[in-house]
Amino acid sequence: MAKKLMKGNEALAAAAIAAGATHFFGYPITPQSELIEYMAREMPKAGGCFLQAESEVAASYMVYGAGGAGARVITSTSSPGLALKQEGLTYMVAAQIPAVVINVSRGGPGLGNILPQQSDYFMCTRGGGNGDYYHPCFAPASVQECADLVTEAFDIADKYRMPVLILADGLIGQMMEPVEIKEATEKPIDKPWAADGGHVKRGEHNRINAMILPADGLEELNHVIQAKLKDYSENYVRYEAIDVEDADIVLVAYGTPSRACKNVLKKAKEEGLKFGLIRPISLYPFPKEAFDKINPNCKAIISVEQSCGQMIEDIRLSVLGKFPIKFFGRTGGNPIIPDAVYSYAKEVLGGKA
Amino acid sequence: MLEQVLVAGFGGQGVLRIGQMIAYAGFAEGKEVTWAPSYGPEMRGGTANCSVVISDEEIGAAQVLEANSVIVMNLPSLHKFEDTVIPGGKLFINSSIIKEKSKRDDITVYYVDAQEKAEELGNSRGANMVILGAYAKATQTVTLESLYDLVKQTFTGDKAKFVDSNIACIKAGAEMV
Repeated sequence: MAKKLMKGNEALAAAAIAAGATHFFGYPITPQSELIEYMAREMPKAGGCFLQAESEVAASYMVYGAGGAGARVITSTSSPGLALKQEGLTYMVAAQIPAVVINVSRGGPGLGNILPQQSDYFMCTRGGGNGDYYHPCFAPASVQECADLVTEAFDIADKYRMPVLILADGLIGQMMEPVEIKEATEKPIDKPWAADGGHVKRGEHNRINAMILPADGLEELNHVIQAKLKDYSENYVRYEAIDVEDADIVLVAYGTPSRACKNVLKKAKEEGLKFGLIRPISLYPFPKEAFDKINPNCKAIISVEQSCGQMIEDIRLSVLGKFPIKFFGRTGGNPIIPDAVYSYAKEVLGGKA
Repeated sequence: MLEQVLVAGFGGQGVLRIGQMIAYAGFAEGKEVTWAPSYGPEMRGGTANCSVVISDEEIGAAQVLEANSVIVMNLPSLHKFEDTVIPGGKLFINSSIIKEKSKRDDITVYYVDAQEKAEELGNSRGANMVILGAYAKATQTVTLESLYDLVKQTFTGDKAKFVDSNIACIKAGAEMV
């Protein structure tokens, strides 16, 4: 498919259909509305099922059902909607159901506002539901990356039988950029475990179940989930690292703020300062290895987030005290202004902040 | 080349469309482009604005906070975004509606009587195309031909009758600067 200009929300949806998604369940919420609109218009044309649920909770269990029956299924929402979907997510992890879940995040806490914000980091990377689980979480920083990550998310979900989350902030969802929607290269894999009536002999049946009463049985399931996460974490760490090997200051940012940080790097270079950038693309697993490449004499690492500081905890765990860690953030939907980051970074460099 | 444009006005003036036209034309000319709307809790008749960035290189921030060019279609937008123009930049004012002058003396200001010109051409909804033509001519960010091609691609079938009047507005705007 040739490149064209699309909104991030549209690209997320178009890539899902191109990747062979056959079912979409969701409930409208800004700023992801264009995604559900695109699905409502295009999914039926592709022969798939679009269904607007009565609530986010219902949508997440429709995903559970369709995924359990072996369909390539996707749902999308924005922050407060994802909070409601958390119950379904932990059930999907327990029942080992593949699905792609998209969060085009907005301001919080509470109903907050519809402006872009990154304060769902904990909810998206730690697993907001009950029980011992994580699930993969990717954060695109461009419209092209929105499309590419959705394609990959379906394959990962199927491979590991897990929900995979994509966390895009509201601005990525709303902005237009050139994008190429690639046709799926990998064929959807066979799902002999699916409760679709086709994979078992008469008298046998596949069970999709999120409740295991015996202690040993549930412990075994937990070990299976952890083993999958370990394998996944060894294979799907994604990040972009720029000029970190000889940087005096390293900025760390994902999504929209990472783009502002690229402006900061450019300005620093023009003024002869050595700044680097680590842009996590996978938030879970967090790209710890990127921090091993940092100049040992680096003065400080600055976490730049559109939140009050959440990713900074993963940075601390990655750096383990090797470098001082600072924070620059805006919240409420206010943008990260490159000049403000640059001024702050220069203060840090001069030992004043 | 890095052009950062901010377009602002009230809902219904075709503000987002001006930005889209610049972005689509830049895209057609093989440049890197981003278009980002302000999408706060807007209401009909309320203010609307969008940011467009056009570059030969990878684009960082898509929200324009310091602009090479600003296009304002109504008075509140002039007040809000006049200071966003970088020194030496360009400010395009829809002087049909905005009767105030810019207080900046370190930028080039273009007063475009866009609404008046559009009505003169019999296209009362074409003021945005007039100011777009003025912008394209004055900044040379995108060519007028790219804009004409876009108009032809946008209005097809039953709407093909709007092609000539929109091109006329863009052309007239270009002749005003």
